[in-house]
Parts: sequence; structure tokens; C-alpha cells
Amino acid sequence: MSTLVAGPMSVVKNIARQGNRYVPVLATAVLFVIMYGIGMTRYPAFGHPQVFVNLLIDNAFLLVLAVGMTFVILTGGIDLSVGAVLAVSTVISAWLVTVHQWPPLAAMALILLGGTGFGAAMGAVIHYFEIQPFIVTLAGMFLARGLSYVISTDSITITDPTYTRLAQQRIHLGSEVFVSASMLVALAVIAAAFVVLHYTRLGRTVYALGGNEQSALMMGLPVARTKIAAYAISGGCSALGGILFTFYTLSGWSLHAVGMELDAIAAVVIGGTLLSGGSGFVLGTVLGVLTLGVIQTIISFQGTLSSWWTKIVIGALLLVFIVLQRALGGRARS
Amino acid sequence: MSSGVTALLRHRLFWPAMALVVLLAVDAVHTPGFLAVRVQDGHLYGSLIDILRYGAPLVLVSVGMTLVIAARGIDLSVGAVVAISGALACLHIEGLTDQNAVTGVLVAVVLAFAVAAALGLWNGILVSRFRIQPIVATLILMVAGRGLAQLLTEGQIITVDSDPYRVIGGGFLLGLPVPVLIAAAITVLMVLLLRRTALGLLLESVGGNAEASRLAGVRAGGLIVAAYVVCACCAAIAGLMSSSNVSAADSNNAGLWIELDAILAVVIGGTALTGGRFHLGGTVLGALVIQTLTTTIYTIGVAPETTLLFKALVVIAVCLVQSPAFRAKVFRKRPPDQRKPLADTGGEVLAEATRKSVSR
Repeated sequence: MSTLVAGPMSVVKNIARQGNRYVPVLATAVLFVIMYGIGMTRYPAFGHPQVFVNLLIDNAFLLVLAVGMTFVILTGGIDLSVGAVLAVSTVISAWLVTVHQWPPLAAMALILLGGTGFGAAMGAVIHYFEIQPFIVTLAGMFLARGLSYVISTDSITITDPTYTRLAQQRIHLGSEVFVSASMLVALAVIAAAFVVLHYTRLGRTVYALGGNEQSALMMGLPVARTKIAAYAISGGCSALGGILFTFYTLSGWSLHAVGMELDAIAAVVIGGTLLSGGSGFVLGTVLGVLTLGVIQTIISFQGTLSSWWTKIVIGALLLVFIVLQRALGGRARS
Repeated sequence: MSSGVTALLRHRLFWPAMALVVLLAVDAVHTPGFLAVRVQDGHLYGSLIDILRYGAPLVLVSVGMTLVIAARGIDLSVGAVVAISGALACLHIEGLTDQNAVTGVLVAVVLAFAVAAALGLWNGILVSRFRIQPIVATLILMVAGRGLAQLLTEGQIITVDSDPYRVIGGGFLLGLPVPVLIAAAITVLMVLLLRRTALGLLLESVGGNAEASRLAGVRAGGLIVAAYVVCACCAAIAGLMSSSNVSAADSNNAGLWIELDAILAVVIGGTALTGGRFHLGGTVLGALVIQTLTTTIYTIGVAPETTLLFKALVVIAVCLVQSPAFRAKVFRKRPPDQRKPLADTGGEVLAEATRKSVSR
């Protein structure tokens, strides 16, 4: 009898608890749909499928960056160096390909390796010397930006034919819609991150680490390896983001992507990932990036609205989602 | 115990002071007469005075940041507050019929202060009432604040032509630049307020453990909010100085990255980012080291952009030296010859042990 009563009750409680995890992501999804709807009703051209595809094409580098950031934030850390690593990647690839005539693929491989190694080094310093992620990645940011200035203070244009062909590649889906190579790369990264986070041991350890590092350590999980891996993934994603950014602008410049780490963090938070770590979804991050993209698209369609409104709206959204997370987290605890 | 603490303090200030001396020595060797201070029209001039003058905004922001960090917080929004206060003041002065009216300039200053205090209050309430992590809470204003500043000036550079306003950043009083005097006065005021009263101790107890100090009867929430308000007001003065110095408000670039420089200054000054202990003197020294580093790089003729690279190396070195884990891993890894001097230089080892136990 008691089990009959307790059963449904615990099921309801369970749904409520389970639902809690999804509320921020659902809120973001609803927000995205509403904003897209507003755009469609105000501007007839907004409804064209290419506008939606362009959201992915124009934000491919930010998607990749934010996916890497999701790993770090899930472990309870933060990576402020992503924008700078992206910039230094564009500078190095442009410099190698244009000035030193490297084959593009070799340059890309070197950059990916370098970015991953840089991230791993920051992760190792954070873990072994117990310095806050905030300050280590801040130093990483200075280091990467400084390095890109040392290589070149001017913008380097990429003229390599293979590179430009790869960058300007258009794959047509039907008669009216086309996608770019960088968008396909971004989608592949998202898929890989989804699989890693939800179906592998590394992914489970990332969540466990963010939930409670002490418990993870006591459970015998490989804390050091996982934490370093998370920063290495973020570094690798930033380097890849840099390569995608060169596809987008065909240039390397030390001032590319100033402040983009904030966009990436904002996308992760708006996507429902807890900044204290341990809870969140990579698909939520994708929704977060798309939401930022829609804001930008509406503002550019509007024409009269200026870019500073983007910052103000992003700030307001950040506030709403952080307070929402706080409220939900508070209720779950009590 | 107290001698251990003073030894620690001397130790903390020793390296930043050394860095400053080395930097100045490099300058002096490279540019003869660098250290010379001359009097011209009754005002002091020279590279040293310039370092103090251009470093004054950073000193102020860093002093404010020290209070916030002492309360185990961090304020990423100071750069945005610098931009907003400069924009507000210049907008108000631009709208005056007589830009040289002293009352008009005073109103502009009060306006900038009031808005900055409100922004600080906002940060403080998010941190202490809503219990949002400081990095996140102030990140909101860091992102949106610069947008607000750009909205105020509509992305333009607002230029003003006001003699009273120019005094704040470019004036001289008793032969000394006014910004240096303002920064010095505020720093001294803070030191007196925090070290001659129990306020500093309370702030440190809140930073050490906010919950425990609340249970002990300390109004932790109020102190945390006050720290953010003071920090924002310091940033507002820095914004007034910077915009007054060039008689213009540039919302895009004013105070850009100053939050990072300020955090760096605080860390160089020996205040741990984990809160609970602060050294205002160290912070001022740290800010001067950063300003001197920048000046040195300009003087020597290295590309100014490489400043970032040097700053990165400084951050890494300082943080590693401060990290207990690093010290334990690196300095204790000499097992054979560490035993020997124990008997010989017992005093030193004891001092070292005290320092370690205190720093923990």
C-alpha cells in the first residue's frame, strides 16, 4: 500500500527534479523560437532558409569555441584565453601559409597541435599548482595575444589558392540553400562533443569533476587527466575556431576576436550550463550561440539599431539566465 | 606570530619593489637622465612624474579592486565603469552653455559618481543577496556596461573644452600633478580607514569566511556591497581622470582591459585572489610596477604590443611563487641537502616554516 502511494509521489518528484535540469535549455529554445518569430514577422526576408543556415555559417567559429568552453565550464573552470588563442591561430596560419609558403594542411595540423598543447599546459598548471583557472587562463590570454603581436602587428591576407578555395567552397542543398565547409566542421565538432560528453568515460568524469572534485577524486576517477583534457579540448577548439575564422575573413590579425571569450561564456551560460560546473548540455550551448546569432541578425536587419545594443541585450540575457539558474538551484537544494 | 607576519609582509613587498627598482635601473641605463625630475613653471616634470601621473588611474582602480578581492570577490566591470563615468561627465559638460562653469563640472562629477555607486550597488547586491559568483555577476556589467557607455555617446568620441574639467587629469597643485594627489589622498584615506579602524579586519574576516563572520555578528552582506560600491567609485574617478586628461570620452577604448591590469597589480602586491588578506601598499606598488613596465617598453623601443607578453610572464611567475602547491612541489623537492642546513641555520628554517604555516 505504502509503495503504491510512495511510487507515484517519487515519480512526480523525480520528474520535477529531472525537469529542473532541462528548464534553462527549454527556456533558451523558447526564447530562440520567439526571437526568430519576431524577426520573421518584421522582415519578410527573415523567413528564407538561407538566413537560418547563415546563422550557422557566420557563427561556425563561435560554435566551436563555445563547445570547447562547455567542457571547461562543466568541470567547474573557466577559459579566458579562447579569443586570444583564436587570434594567434589566425595570425600563425596566415603567416605560415602566406609568408612561408607552407602547405595549408600542414599549417592547420601544426596549429591544432599547438592549441591543444597550449590548453593542456594551462590545465596542468591549474591542476598541479592549484592556481585559479581564472588567473592562469588570463595569463594564457596575455601570452597568446602577445605572441600574435610579436609575429605580426599588421593584418596578413591569405592568398594561397588551396586555402581560398577551401574557404569559399559552397555546397548547394537544393537550388536556394548552400552551406560552407566551416559549418560542416562546426557540426562535426558539435556531434563529437555530444558523443564524448554523454557516451564516454571522459564525458562522465567531466560531469563528476564539476559536480564535486573531492568526491570524484575519492571515487578514484582520473581527475588530473580529465581536467587537463578539458583545457586541452578547449585549446584545440580555439585553434580550430581560428582556422574557421581564417576561412571567414581570409586574413590573420592579432586584433581578431577581441572579447570573444565573453561571447563564448555568454553562449554557454545562456545555453543552460551551470557556471559552477557539473550540469549542462552541449546542445544547449549550440542554442546559446544561435540565440546570440539571432540577436545580431535582427539588429543588422533593423539597420538603425547599433552594435552596442547587442552587448546590452547579451548582458540582460546573461542576467536573466544566471538568476534563473540561481532560482532553480536554490529550489533543488531546499 | 606578529613578527612572523611582519617578516611575511616584508617578504611580499620585497619582490615587487625589486621589480620596480630593476625596471627603473634599466630605464636609467638606457636613457640617461630618465630619473631626473626638473621644475618648469613651478611644476614638476620628468619621466618619473609621468609614470605617477599616467599610473594614477590604474592605482585607483587597483586600490578599489583590492577591497573587493579582500572580500573574496572580483570585479570585472571596472573597465566598463571607467568608460561610463567618463562618457557621462563629458556628455553633461558638452551640454553646458558655458563649459568653463565650475558648478557645471561639479554636477558632471557628482553625476558620474552617483551612477558608478549605483552600478557598484548592483554588483554588490548580485553577489551578496543573490549569491552569484563574483566573476559571473560582474561579467554581466562588463559585457553590458561598455554597450551602455557606447549607447550614451552613440559610439562617437565626445570632446569637451572645459578648463575646470581639465584640472582633474592634467592640472597641477603645489607643483604636483592633480591625478597623483587625488590617487595618493584616496589611498591614504583607505589605509587610515581600513588599518586604523576595525573595518579592514572585518573585511578580511568576511573574505576569509563570509558565513562564519556573519554568524559571529559581522554584517557580511553590507561589507561586501560596500566593497563593490567603493571599487566602482574608484573606477569612476579613474574614468574622470582619463577622459579629463585628453578632454574627450571614448567609450570604445576608455578603460579597456584595465580590470585585468588591476587584478594583476593586486596579485603582484601580494594579495591572494582567494581573499581574506589584503595589502594596499603592495597594490600601489604593483600598479606602479605595471605602469613602469609599460613606460620601460616604450622607452627601450620594443614594440609596445609586446607589453602583453611581458605581463603574461609576470602573471605566471607571481602566481607560481604565491601558490602553496607550487612551493611545496618545487622547493621541497630537494630531500638530501635540505636536512643538513637544518642544524646550521635553524633560525632561517624556523622563519621559513613560520612563513609557510602563516601563508596557509
